[in-house]
Amino acid sequence: MIRVIPCLDVDRGRVVKGVNFVDIRDAGDPVELAARYDAEGADELVFLDITATHEERDTIVHLVERTAEKVFIPFTIGGGLRTEDDIRAVLAAGADKVSLNSAAVRDPDLVERAAMRFGDQCIVVAIDAKRRADGSGWEVYLAGGRQETGIEAVAWAAEAARRGAGELLVTSMDRDGTQAGFDTDLLSAIAAAAPVPVIASGGAGTLEHFAQAVTRGHADAVLAASVFHDGVYSVGEVKAAMARDGVPVRR
Amino acid sequence: MTEAGAGPVVALLDYEMSNLRSAGKALERLGARVRVAARPDETRGADAIVLPGVGRFGAAMERLAAHGFVDMLRGAADGGTPVLGICLGLQLLFDESEESPGVPGLGLVPGRVERLRTSLKVPHIGWSEVDWREGSVLAPAAGGPAERTYYFVHSYACVPGDPDDVRGMATHGSAFVAAAGRGSVEGVQFHPEKSSGAGLALLGRWLDAVRHPPVVPA
Repeated sequence: MIRVIPCLDVDRGRVVKGVNFVDIRDAGDPVELAARYDAEGADELVFLDITATHEERDTIVHLVERTAEKVFIPFTIGGGLRTEDDIRAVLAAGADKVSLNSAAVRDPDLVERAAMRFGDQCIVVAIDAKRRADGSGWEVYLAGGRQETGIEAVAWAAEAARRGAGELLVTSMDRDGTQAGFDTDLLSAIAAAAPVPVIASGGAGTLEHFAQAVTRGHADAVLAASVFHDGVYSVGEVKAAMARDGVPVRR
Repeated sequence: MTEAGAGPVVALLDYEMSNLRSAGKALERLGARVRVAARPDETRGADAIVLPGVGRFGAAMERLAAHGFVDMLRGAADGGTPVLGICLGLQLLFDESEESPGVPGLGLVPGRVERLRTSLKVPHIGWSEVDWREGSVLAPAAGGPAERTYYFVHSYACVPGDPDDVRGMATHGSAFVAAAGRGSVEGVQFHPEKSSGAGLALLGRWLDAVRHPPVVPA
């Protein structure tokens, strides 16, 4: 079955882009939102920690502990994890997986060390990719699309999988925030190059887009943030649309 | 985790191979009194035992032995104490695994553990529907497919030597054993504590069976 994964941006333990569900007491509380998404049929959750200062990073560990006590679907923590100790802290607190992005690009060996120590299944490598102007594939970007790396995205995806990434979270920086649909060329290129599940991210705008990530992009999971948070679509609506297009989902 | 209340006392084995928080909280939500046990004497008097596990078969057997749990589990199974193995905890119930050749498992269910034989991607990560055998205490009595769909993360699956020990099957490109059991021992390849309402309901049925053991025909 194809997984549908809402992503929540968290800053110092609070949700940044809140959802205005009428029946939620505290829309800024990630745990309440997570429980709500669980009840709606989300298959997994990703918390992206955007807390800027290192001193306040303990807030994420506390959030993981609270989430693990109340939410009974898998969840991944991404953002700001740099070392094996950072990874160990959130896994020990109850996270199922961690997502490594810039730390993996700067120190690819970290993927290998973390996979050996914690298991491939809990190491997700997140890749932010932008199409090259000359059309020769995609380039890996860091810092939310601001920093070029000179690394080719499909090759990096294959290397990350070889080094032990259990899954790849692939975000198209060209499509992110545009609601123009997932970059299915990028997704299918990576799905063909790496023998691990691919999570599609960036560009979801219409209900049809989600199935396209699978039928054209060969993704194993679809992730979105704003369409869920802004209440454009519910998880249930997305799954119903995917099922109509022949994509197997849990309903 | 506390033992206040009137539900069955469940010993949750802590042998440093998995995070126990979600499993413990799920069982507590269902009324169990959860006791995290790192030594065999801490399981004494428990009504049932949960054997969780994530990681490699060989490393897990080593940790189980270091904690003195191997003989304890064999004794518990012989004495009819309900045991529930989760994920790697299911695989450890068997004689051996292709993942760690030469390392003996617990041997509570005859058979071996093999790498998933499939054309699809391994590890199998995601939700799959389980086709339950009739009569399993873990099987839902009714409900739609969502009530039988659980979250899996695994590269290996068990192959019971006795087909009667198979409790449920699932498919990832090809069919594999999703649940198995023998006597008072049950095991599931998926993570009920991560399988939303369907998983919590399964744990609830297991706790019901702990409270009211099924009558086994002589």
